[in-house]
Amino acid sequence: MPDLLAIADRVAGWAADGEQVEAVVVHEREVEVRAYEGQVESLTAAESQGLGVRVVRDGRQGFAYAGTLDGDALAEVLAEARDNAVFATPDEHAGLAIPDKVPVLDLDLFRAELVDHPMDDKVAMALELEHLTAQADPRISGVESADYSDVVSETAVVTTTGIRATTRETGCCLMVSALAEEHGETQTGFGFSLGRQPDELDVERAATDAAIRATRMLGSAKPPSERLTVVLDPWVCAQFLGIVGGTLSGEMVLKGRSLFADRLGEDVAAPGVTLIDDPTDPAAFTATATDGEGLATRRNVLVDSGRLDQFVHNSWTARRCGTSSTGSAVRGYSTTPGVGVQAVSLLPGREDPADLIAAIDDGVLLQSVTGLHSGVNPVSGDFSTGAEGLRIRNGELAEPLREFTVGSTIQRMLLDVTGIGNDLEWQPMSAAGVTLVIGELTVSGA
Amino acid sequence: MADQGHDGAGGPLIEAGLLQDILGSALRTGGEFAEVFVEDRRSTSAILDDGRVEELTSGRDRGAGIRVVVGETTGFAHTADVTPAGLRSAAEAAAAAARSGGDGVSEVILSPGDGPPPAVVEVIPGDVPKARKVALVQEADAAARDEGGAITQVMVRYGDSQRRIQVANSDGLLVGDRQIRTMFSVSCVATGDTGMQTGRESVGHTVGFELFDRIAVDDLARRAARRAITKLDAVPAPSGEMPVVVGPGGGGVLFHEACGHGLEADLVAKSASVFAGRRGERVAAPEVTLVDDGTMVDEWGRYAIDDEGRPARRNVLIEDGVLTDYMWDWLRARREGRNSSGNGRRQNYRCLPMVRMTNTYLAGGDADPEAIVAGTDRGVYVAQLGGGQVNTATGDFVFGMTEAYLIEDGRLGAPIRDGNLIGNGPEVLINIDAIAGDFAMGSPGTCGKDGQGVPVGDGTPTLRVSRLTVGGTAA
Repeated sequence: MPDLLAIADRVAGWAADGEQVEAVVVHEREVEVRAYEGQVESLTAAESQGLGVRVVRDGRQGFAYAGTLDGDALAEVLAEARDNAVFATPDEHAGLAIPDKVPVLDLDLFRAELVDHPMDDKVAMALELEHLTAQADPRISGVESADYSDVVSETAVVTTTGIRATTRETGCCLMVSALAEEHGETQTGFGFSLGRQPDELDVERAATDAAIRATRMLGSAKPPSERLTVVLDPWVCAQFLGIVGGTLSGEMVLKGRSLFADRLGEDVAAPGVTLIDDPTDPAAFTATATDGEGLATRRNVLVDSGRLDQFVHNSWTARRCGTSSTGSAVRGYSTTPGVGVQAVSLLPGREDPADLIAAIDDGVLLQSVTGLHSGVNPVSGDFSTGAEGLRIRNGELAEPLREFTVGSTIQRMLLDVTGIGNDLEWQPMSAAGVTLVIGELTVSGA
Repeated sequence: MADQGHDGAGGPLIEAGLLQDILGSALRTGGEFAEVFVEDRRSTSAILDDGRVEELTSGRDRGAGIRVVVGETTGFAHTADVTPAGLRSAAEAAAAAARSGGDGVSEVILSPGDGPPPAVVEVIPGDVPKARKVALVQEADAAARDEGGAITQVMVRYGDSQRRIQVANSDGLLVGDRQIRTMFSVSCVATGDTGMQTGRESVGHTVGFELFDRIAVDDLARRAARRAITKLDAVPAPSGEMPVVVGPGGGGVLFHEACGHGLEADLVAKSASVFAGRRGERVAAPEVTLVDDGTMVDEWGRYAIDDEGRPARRNVLIEDGVLTDYMWDWLRARREGRNSSGNGRRQNYRCLPMVRMTNTYLAGGDADPEAIVAGTDRGVYVAQLGGGQVNTATGDFVFGMTEAYLIEDGRLGAPIRDGNLIGNGPEVLINIDAIAGDFAMGSPGTCGKDGQGVPVGDGTPTLRVSRLTVGGTAA
């Protein structure tokens, strides 16, 4: 393992007079095992590393990166970033992060147990996941993919402005996609389990979830078009929150691309909605102690009891908006810092999901959505997504439905939240979900 | 002329002798097949946003991915360290991953091969001064803003990449390619009484900087701006099943999702496709002929060889409505005792190859595009599509509309707001009831599968699907 901090120190140390330099150095080790029909279909064991350099001089920023930490490459990347800075439009707010005294927390995100875990055991987990899924129900006709994967990542950020941060994180994941078949019809369902180290993974639950999700869709039909109460399950809810989080980025706001730009302090959601971005919550799969500029991450309340409280910022958007960074710079080594939510969730409600559903006479529970990238416009707020799920009749889950869309606008959906479950669960993305009831959406089907 | 892992400017990425040694190391534990994929990618991008040249980025990625196949198992390792020691260590990791315990034949003789030559590029983007690239994004910004005060934001992106690859395997194959791509996009926000709307235009080809001799970036910018302004008057999209007419160029995304992914042999082999077991059957209306063609000159999904070293090909997938063949990579083809169709692609050296599309298009028919609209009483006309997604096992797919209009009494009516359409692949293919002769290629796309993105192209003439569900909010 290379000494990342030493490399970042070295590059930042080459800064010339009158310029700011930031070096971001990343090293990752990944394992992925895919099982198929009782055998290992593929096993990947790999290391990757890279360096990204930002140079700011006279209000102009330049950037360059390389997917290597070879000695020669370091100076080349710096020279290239320096050259690129010449072409940028001067900006009085350009510049790197400046230490802000917010302490970096020890979140216990790195586990030596994962690093030392024997490969044979990882292989065995993937095989067991496939086996348990295939056996979970007689209608399971195949397992499209059953994967164990893990990653050990280390990052160092050093700047000439006084930032010197390192992070180390481990994470592992089981992911399975099941095929169910009956009367010549095939349906799919997925399951997953997340952890920081392999013994936190729940193979049985991932397998069972996938089998249930696939088999309960058998016999599904297209619903008629009508307006209905719609329940998002935690997986779908988390995807929706990710989209909402994107509209609250300080960069979207200051560039006139956020539908909430002028609405700070106003009620933008139902009173029960409190939206929090908290990358310091160790339960979040994407938890991290420092952001992409090396500042400490922190808990940011974005919407408080329905009122829009704040946007998220990196150093540059904060300076432009006359505020301070919320520790929300997001990036890899190959990009400049953007702005975004890193671990977004709703403050959970008090009600059990079953009680929420029991209160609905006529509605739909969504278990998956497709085409969020193609049917949701985060600038206009138009929201339309393909969906599958179960009909709710008289408070009970009824027949499965597929090949329909649900539509509204992001603005309306937030105001139409009528129920928030107590079942908060972090998902394999930068968001957690709860069972969420939206009073009315347009269901488009037959 | 054959390319032996060389590019026009330099020598091979890695010498044949070293590759032979590495393949030998990879096979030492009993592998049946080993492959070294070497990649060296350089890229430049220039972004203008909010009226400022925000950033110019240069990137370099170089490394090798090594896979070893034993029985049904593939071992894979990759490294950014392309020194002999780094490659050897990756080869050993891949061999260990595919461990079989046996002693393998570890000698490999490479025969520098007769692969097709790389695409001819007139102006290498890396040789063009950065200032010229910056001038292009500034020109586009000014043109978009000239369309009127309703345009409140403009983002312009220029991008070029040069990807050199080299593939060597234990069958003795040693080939290379150089793939140069250049793209340009403009995204506008228009603001009016009804809120904000967006308009985007993009162009991308497997060519060099000569792209800008062929297209005018100010025209592109004006089209993007006008699209956003037009949508300020958009009404909520209708909801429910109705006829849908897709304009020329854009409809490729529909086929990419409705059946393209379902014709990928890896998904077919796992019965995760509704098209599994249907070769030789009628799967579409008789007018439908669908082709995937990695050799289409200049197009975004074009290459000389795929990422397993096989030449790109023109593959007819559906001919006159009958499913003729799936798309294949080396691994899936080997299991069926046939040849790869040249569709084995990977995002980069860190990824295993999979079956992927290239440039997928529907051949032109003979209907008159205006007559198709005139013959539609009530429905939706989609002028620009915005990507999609499919569940290949059920065939259900969605695609987005980013410029669309109501059709009322055979005429185009009001623009409608963004949304998705949803359909089922096998049903939609049968329900295509008109295909015009105005074939055009669409915008450059990035196709995602299993977390890997690769550049793809698509094209169609104007066509009509007699019934699709439009996912709007209006009753």
